[in-house]
Amino acid sequence: MDLTLSEPYRILQAEIRDFIRQHGDKSPKVGGGRKRPDQKTLDWQKRLVENGYAGRTIPKEYGGFGATPDVMAAAVIAGEFARANVYAGLTNQGISMLVPTLLELGTDEQKRQYVGPTIRGDIIWCQGYSEPNNGSDLANAQTKAELKDGHWIVNGQKIWTSSAHYADMMFLLCRTEPDKSKHDGLSYLLLSMKSPGLDPRPLKTMTGRNEFNEVFFTDVKVPESQIVLGRGKGWYVANVTLKHERLMIGDAGKMTARFEQLISLLQTSEIDGTKLIAMPEYRDRLLRLQGEVMAWKAHNLRLLTEAAQGVDSGVKRMIIKYGGTMLGFRLSSLAVDALGAAGLPYESLGEDAEDDDATTWNIDYMYDVGLMIGGGSTNIQKNIIGERGLDLPREPKAAGRA
Amino acid sequence: MDFGLTLEQRQFDDSLRAFLADNLPMDRLRVLAESGTGYDETLWNNLTELGLHGLLVPERFGGAGLGILDAALAAEALGNAAAPVPYLGSVVMATLAFINSASEAQQDEYLPMIAAGECRFAVAFPSLAGQTGTSSVQYADGRLSGRVAGVADAGAATHFLIYLPDGHAAVVDAANASTQFHRSIDRTRPIVDVTLNNAPAVRLDAANAPLAAAHRVLDAGRVIVAADTLGSAQHMLDAAVAFAKERVQFGRIIGSFQGLKYTLAECVTALEPCRGMMWYAAYAQDALPDEARLTACHAKAHLSDVARDVARLTTEVHGGMGFTDLLGLHFWFKRISFNRQILGGPERCREEAADLQGWKSRA
Repeated sequence: MDLTLSEPYRILQAEIRDFIRQHGDKSPKVGGGRKRPDQKTLDWQKRLVENGYAGRTIPKEYGGFGATPDVMAAAVIAGEFARANVYAGLTNQGISMLVPTLLELGTDEQKRQYVGPTIRGDIIWCQGYSEPNNGSDLANAQTKAELKDGHWIVNGQKIWTSSAHYADMMFLLCRTEPDKSKHDGLSYLLLSMKSPGLDPRPLKTMTGRNEFNEVFFTDVKVPESQIVLGRGKGWYVANVTLKHERLMIGDAGKMTARFEQLISLLQTSEIDGTKLIAMPEYRDRLLRLQGEVMAWKAHNLRLLTEAAQGVDSGVKRMIIKYGGTMLGFRLSSLAVDALGAAGLPYESLGEDAEDDDATTWNIDYMYDVGLMIGGGSTNIQKNIIGERGLDLPREPKAAGRA
Repeated sequence: MDFGLTLEQRQFDDSLRAFLADNLPMDRLRVLAESGTGYDETLWNNLTELGLHGLLVPERFGGAGLGILDAALAAEALGNAAAPVPYLGSVVMATLAFINSASEAQQDEYLPMIAAGECRFAVAFPSLAGQTGTSSVQYADGRLSGRVAGVADAGAATHFLIYLPDGHAAVVDAANASTQFHRSIDRTRPIVDVTLNNAPAVRLDAANAPLAAAHRVLDAGRVIVAADTLGSAQHMLDAAVAFAKERVQFGRIIGSFQGLKYTLAECVTALEPCRGMMWYAAYAQDALPDEARLTACHAKAHLSDVARDVARLTTEVHGGMGFTDLLGLHFWFKRISFNRQILGGPERCREEAADLQGWKSRA
């Protein structure tokens, strides 16, 4: 056990603190769920990339900072931004999933064309994976692409496609080799969302925003070269992408940032001239959450250390999604309770503007429920913890409908 | 940065756990619960061979000179075995009191005895820790008078170390104190009321800031209790998981039912992060003085709450057997209940955390 930072990390920490002191006022607001980054966010992102606080390990020739991968450096950066309650940079499917996939498997031209603009936030990607009849069974994708005269002609439908209504590009898993087996018949294409015949239809969520979509393809033309790795290699590429789906290690940063916001909310909100933080009922909830956040942060330090040592954390990692989404919801719940009746007016300004504080908290509060469902719902997580983590027997298969 | 245990720490932990598994089977635990002194001479003396008593005692006084994290890991192992050992008072708090507040001569007199396991200290931390119960002790001219209720680890104490409200501590020979012994909810650990009538006392006078020194001892004590609670709760969870893999009802192993599986998944999701929390709080006592008090308050409070849920749910998982005396699971349930109340319960600890952060001023 040694939490002192060695010299290079102390220097990095000092640099970040200096950066935040100088530029922190230009940071966009933290929280508020997904939306198309506005100009303020894009300017901030560019600044982060230039200083190596975003896209840190992306090679310079592809627009990154060119640092060697280092989980401790990543943790120091995440920690400093969270502590200062400053926006730590864009996280989206293009940055977290497509960029590492292209760096591993893409052609030099694909890397040059897409990596830089994606990490700067100029190209927003969506992920064309799930279909109405193939949610968990991803390899059974039925959306077709046929090669004709140098173009792939795509037909079919995707669903739960986050950000498709404002994305510039899609990475698409589709069937190009109908004669081959399920897994060998897929390819991975990169296509523009402006392609004629492509029709995203937003699915409005409970936040009132269009957070995801159904996407229909009718004879959508995609240049032949827009394939990653090659025909029939789509399943392999998709798995590389999933491998890169970020471990939620950074989540402790989000909890810390949220908790810091919550303290100031309870310190500035008053009822009849008394600060909420001085009222035992509110304060007790805040104190309980402080204990939980402390435990969560320490747990993440443990995972981080194990990741750096190449140790598989087993059940310690499996509890992250369930525990993290529940804690996030308890934090946003206290925030909306502290806002009280005054926080009820709710008007999201849509995709391109910054919402007021109350709306932002309410979006987080509802968005957290979506996070419990997406990416393996809470009950699925409990099955995973119970069966893979604690080695409890699986539920026997019931006879009857499949 | 490295947030994990060293090889030496893991090895010591392994040997302590192996020792406790060999020396404290359930039938032995039952015998010790009958006598109810919270002390077993054989167990205590054998632990000397592992070097447990001198864990925190500086090397020049015959100890190992280790840190609070090492002591907390040992506490976790003791809790895991529900071991009746006056560890908190004698090994941890008394040692730290001498390190923080005693003169060189006083240290020289007592610390080697502690390291050798030749004396057993019960530490009374009444008003400062926010315990309920009587506390009215006064010191004058080398003598202590008054009464302290609810002293832990005092069933077979040779000495009492009693904290006064100003943060000074004084040592009294147990022969000069009158004690009233109560069996507690945890039959392996009694509670003792101490009455002093002009008892000769040695005051520890060397601390420049006695109250701050007293808080260091209290904070470390709270972390140790939290670690013991963690070990106890982990024992209950492990037992419940093992039971769920064996017990068959409705023609199925009960662990395959989602209702039960989800209960256990919730327990591990709540409990596992507490281990990192406990490590962090223990480490903070030695290495992060600015965070020592806050992390100690929260570790004690949070572990108490999580463990209460784990204790209840894992008892339920065992069904009727869980509620019987026969299974013995209740020893850990009661240990968790006992730990919750000593050195200040969660409510008191959180109140202190609020004070530390200035969260109670109204405007």
